[in-house]
Amino acid sequence: MDKRRLTNSIMTTLTAACAFGVITVLILVLGYIAFQGISSLSWQFLVQTPKPVGEGGGIGNAIVGSLILLGLASLVGIPLGIAIGTYLAEMGDGWFGTIVRFVADTMIGIPSIVFGVFVYAVVVLQQGYFSTLAGAVTLALIMIPIVTRTTEEMVRLVPKSMREGALALGAPQWRVTKDIVIPAAMTGIATGAMLAVARVLGETAPLLFTAFGSRFYNIYLDEPMASLTVQIYNYAISPFEEWHAKAWAATLVLVTLILFINIIVRFLTRQKY
Amino acid sequence: MSNNQDENNLTGSNISGEKRTNNILGDRIFRIVLTLCATLILVIVAAMIAVMTQSSWLSIKEFGFGFLTGQNWDPIKGEFGALPFIYGTLVSAILALLIATPISVGVAVFLVEQAPKKLARPMAFLVELLAAIPSVVYGLWAIFVLAPLLRVYVQPFLQQTLGFLPFFKGTANGIGMMSGGIILAIMITPIITAVVRDVLEAVPVTQREAALALGATRWETTKIVLANANSGIAGAIVLGLGRAIGETMAITMIIGNRPEISLSLFDPGYTIASVIANEFTEATGDLYLSALIEMGLILFLVTFIVNGLAKLLILSVARQTAQSH
Repeated sequence: MDKRRLTNSIMTTLTAACAFGVITVLILVLGYIAFQGISSLSWQFLVQTPKPVGEGGGIGNAIVGSLILLGLASLVGIPLGIAIGTYLAEMGDGWFGTIVRFVADTMIGIPSIVFGVFVYAVVVLQQGYFSTLAGAVTLALIMIPIVTRTTEEMVRLVPKSMREGALALGAPQWRVTKDIVIPAAMTGIATGAMLAVARVLGETAPLLFTAFGSRFYNIYLDEPMASLTVQIYNYAISPFEEWHAKAWAATLVLVTLILFINIIVRFLTRQKY
Repeated sequence: MSNNQDENNLTGSNISGEKRTNNILGDRIFRIVLTLCATLILVIVAAMIAVMTQSSWLSIKEFGFGFLTGQNWDPIKGEFGALPFIYGTLVSAILALLIATPISVGVAVFLVEQAPKKLARPMAFLVELLAAIPSVVYGLWAIFVLAPLLRVYVQPFLQQTLGFLPFFKGTANGIGMMSGGIILAIMITPIITAVVRDVLEAVPVTQREAALALGATRWETTKIVLANANSGIAGAIVLGLGRAIGETMAITMIIGNRPEISLSLFDPGYTIASVIANEFTEATGDLYLSALIEMGLILFLVTFIVNGLAKLLILSVARQTAQSH
């Protein structure tokens, strides 16, 4: 075998090793979570509130809290993201659209904790207390640019001929967008929204000083709110073994939810393309 | 609401003249509403800069540029210097990039250039899943799996073989800069991989065909493709840098959280994002809070610039390949 062929096979092996190595890490992380988490998982754990060490307790309020925070954030973040994404795809080719697109794209990379600091200054400092509202606003801010980007991509995929057909039939621009283009891109937009939900479901840092966390079931906007991620963090950094086990079990719940969403998205997009 | 009204009019039995005006009005309202939504994103970013500057004004006035070079972080004495945090952020991010870049490029090359399509697609999905795992979960895993692994096996080995270097001195306790860098590397690998894949896929097939037709091996062809995609790969790396700088939970849980500057990778460090996460809720006193918000502002500005740069680099490849088609 000459030198060139040898280099070729060495490099092919190396890149394959990289790929399989990275996937091995994924399997190691997920496997360890499943292995550690499953033993502490029980019905009580899923419905109880956190209790002092030695008395059991669970993540019931944290699950409800995460869902409420997510629901509120989605209510604001998803429609706004879809609107901005639609704007960028349908009328965003001018200088203004270019600026908005650039800012939205750059916003995706801004650390989530910075949004938390901002909302802390705007909401928490003004009101004087940590609240569900502050947490939801933070998550919504994180969602907007993500939904914007996927919506723009999906709306742009809708063939021009469909728009032209509708316009030729005499439909006004806004009805073409609302009744033809958006429905055609709906699967893509929905999957983008789901990915954004999955992303903020895992957010921890910005919630530490906005929603803060709570040991009780709570449905009020103006009180601190528990979340799965913050609860995992609190359990994880505690010195108690029993709480570490709870951290793993809560992680198993969280990761299962997130992977579930990702796999559904994968399934939906696969059918389409 | 007004859109609904227009719709009702449309479906009613209007004469065509009125319908036309409604359509024009509808279009105008539609455009205005969407443009307002788009403007909102600019307003948010502007508000973020304004609010965080205003909230950190106390600290900016007190310390000026000295904030960036100050080495002491002592809330009790009211001394706030960001240098140890900037150092910790940069070193952990660079360490992460050193590990993640070659691996990510390797994965992307394998998935785009070498693996059969049937294998490449599910593998690409699995790599992307790594990015879906939340930061706090990586943190948990790092505390209980990575740190013990490093403490017992990796760090003693490094100390024995390369212990003469300043990077591998001190006590090996698992928690520290090295663990931070490794966990960041795992987290940014899927992000860099995804961009490099896109960039490689954007290189025209004709280039590969030309190289292969001239008798180049697969790897030689790949080298040509990589050379063509290099500014996009640079963009991917810069994007990874932005992520590594801003990553918070995992690194907060594993880096040790001590504001000291030490050459040794075994020693604990502290990052900008971590100090915000750890100390924000317990910040007593206006100056303390103000200093922490200034940290947030620095993080914002740095990541905004880094991400903007990454985007420009990635765009330049897209433009190049668009021209060559």
